[in-house]
Amino acid sequence: MNTIVVGQLQRQFQDYIVSLYQQGYLDNQFTELRKLQDEGSPDFVAEVVSLFFDDCAKLINDMSTSLERPDHVDFKQVDSGVHQLKGSSSSVGARRVKSVCIAFKECCDVQNREGCLRCLQQVDYEYKMLKTKLQDLFNLEQQILQAGGTIPQVSMN
Amino acid sequence: MEKGGFSPVGLRVLVVDDDPTWLKILEKMLKKCSYEVTTCGLAREALRLLRERKDGYDIVISDVNMPDMDGFKLLEHVGLELDLPVIMMSVDGETSRVMKGVQHGACDYLLKPIRMKELKIIWQHVLRKKLQEVRDIEGCGYEGGTDWITRYDEAHFLGGGEDVSFCKKRKDFDFEKKLLLQDESDPSSSSSKKARVVWSFELHQKFVNAVNQIGCDHKAGPKKILDLMNVPWLTRENVASHLQKYRLYLSRLEKEKELKCYSGGVKSIDSSPKDAEVNSGHQSPGKSSFVFSGGIFQKATETDPKPLASASLSDPNTDVIMPPKTKKTRIGFDPPISSPAFDSLLPWNDVPEVLESKPVLYENSFLQQQPLPSQSSYVANSAPAIMEEEMKPPYETPVGGSSVNIDEFLMPQDKIPTVTIQDLDPSALSSMKLQEFSSNVTNNTEAILRSWELPESNHSASLDTDLDLSWLQGERFLANTGLQFQDYSSSPSFLSELPPHLWYGNERLPDPDEYSFMVDQGLFIS
Repeated sequence: MNTIVVGQLQRQFQDYIVSLYQQGYLDNQFTELRKLQDEGSPDFVAEVVSLFFDDCAKLINDMSTSLERPDHVDFKQVDSGVHQLKGSSSSVGARRVKSVCIAFKECCDVQNREGCLRCLQQVDYEYKMLKTKLQDLFNLEQQILQAGGTIPQVSMN
Repeated sequence: MEKGGFSPVGLRVLVVDDDPTWLKILEKMLKKCSYEVTTCGLAREALRLLRERKDGYDIVISDVNMPDMDGFKLLEHVGLELDLPVIMMSVDGETSRVMKGVQHGACDYLLKPIRMKELKIIWQHVLRKKLQEVRDIEGCGYEGGTDWITRYDEAHFLGGGEDVSFCKKRKDFDFEKKLLLQDESDPSSSSSKKARVVWSFELHQKFVNAVNQIGCDHKAGPKKILDLMNVPWLTRENVASHLQKYRLYLSRLEKEKELKCYSGGVKSIDSSPKDAEVNSGHQSPGKSSFVFSGGIFQKATETDPKPLASASLSDPNTDVIMPPKTKKTRIGFDPPISSPAFDSLLPWNDVPEVLESKPVLYENSFLQQQPLPSQSSYVANSAPAIMEEEMKPPYETPVGGSSVNIDEFLMPQDKIPTVTIQDLDPSALSSMKLQEFSSNVTNNTEAILRSWELPESNHSASLDTDLDLSWLQGERFLANTGLQFQDYSSSPSFLSELPPHLWYGNERLPDPDEYSFMVDQGLFIS
């Protein structure tokens, strides 16, 4: 094992994940999620976020359909979708996604279709962005493991 | 753990959540607590699992929002049929939702994201429930026991932070363990191991008849009810615990009526006919312990006594305990909607109009939706027909009920008065007006319910007793079923005097600290 390489990778990992928290992509729940990962389920976090992203895609798609026709918007459905998305995002600590959901809900409440569409777009952007970021993070993890190192536990204050 | 007593390891938990992400996370977390976990993505599936293995689970954790069935409905089914402790969860921590959970008998209400430490202590709910069963069995012999139970719960409720209350509970826990040990070694009271009684529709019918026969001003105690029921295999403790739940539902019915009473006073829910049907026999003064405006009473009687009777007693199809439309309310619901926004709330737009024109219709549907809750739980489906009615006073409008529910009864201009209840803000409720008001009303139902004198007295699951909800400065507001409406016509003026922050539209979601404070204060009853 090349300790220097491992050290570098670990630092890179650390910096990256800290930046994700600082930029508001992730919150404490993500930390909790990482704590749950153990030898018994080494890919726990990756699996969970994968479920989350699948859920996002589906919910966004459904809401998009509901918002499609200007004259016939099913706000009930949209509201339901937003609620689910909010719950889902809270499960992985997807902070930005959750924030958009809050704004989204407000648009829904006043039946602002335009607002809803904007929020929908934004939430779509955010979850995809997060997906990319986390992918990078997992890649870093893999590199560390492959280099024979261990993944640092990062505690955020 | 040691022999006898109660061990959280291997606690059999059933988790119900339609969110696959949460389901996976919760499973992992619960396994880390050394619990035995079963997950389920659908409420109906969960019910099926529970019914299949009646003694297969110790506790149920369920999300509030699920596509196929309202979490609250599931909660009621589980509580009534299986007598298992149920914990609700949601990403929505709004007070009204929490209250709704409590009203439907939830042991606890967890806010997502859920922390490990919250899951680590869920076994305490199971223990508490078991202990209540013990008390039921021991009956009068446990009068002394109720004190420590009350103290235990007070320690829990008032404990403040989770850790503190946990520590406080330590010594009480030992006491409880001894209790259970004692019971298990005593062959005559196999409390913790007794088979669960399924209260079938017929059985419950007998129960209700017996209760009605006894009447409320006598001591309608479990023994007497049991005697009247004449069901050989039924035990006194079975009846006692069922009676307790029945009281809980009745008290909830009272609150709903009051709620509607609060709502502008115009839509007075005249529950008298309902009283006659549902509460007959419980109330000595014959008809109603409530004073409702006569006019509406009339109408209600004329229009719908029979359906109600059949609904409440013999016709399962009209029973509606959780109208599916509740989904609407819960979905729609998040923050209270500000008055101007209310009008634009699409799904509910039609309601106020209808209200304006057809008060009678409202009464109809309301009454039809007011059957005995316990009965409706035996019914698989709520009558869809009723759902279609514009009036959707959700049967279960809790004290803290959704603003939408309440507002359905309101014409747009009447929005304001209602919402005191829904906006269950501790600080808001400290409004003196509310307290003044509550002290002005009669206390009938509470007295009636209390007269049954269940051994668990102070600390029963029913909200009408002296739960120490000290954090709720509006105090007996919730606990006191006595909050009845004396005189509708005066209410609007009264309520309009309420400070603005209690009015509809005052969205004050509890902040996290406050929320956990509330939770710890333990509104939660098992």
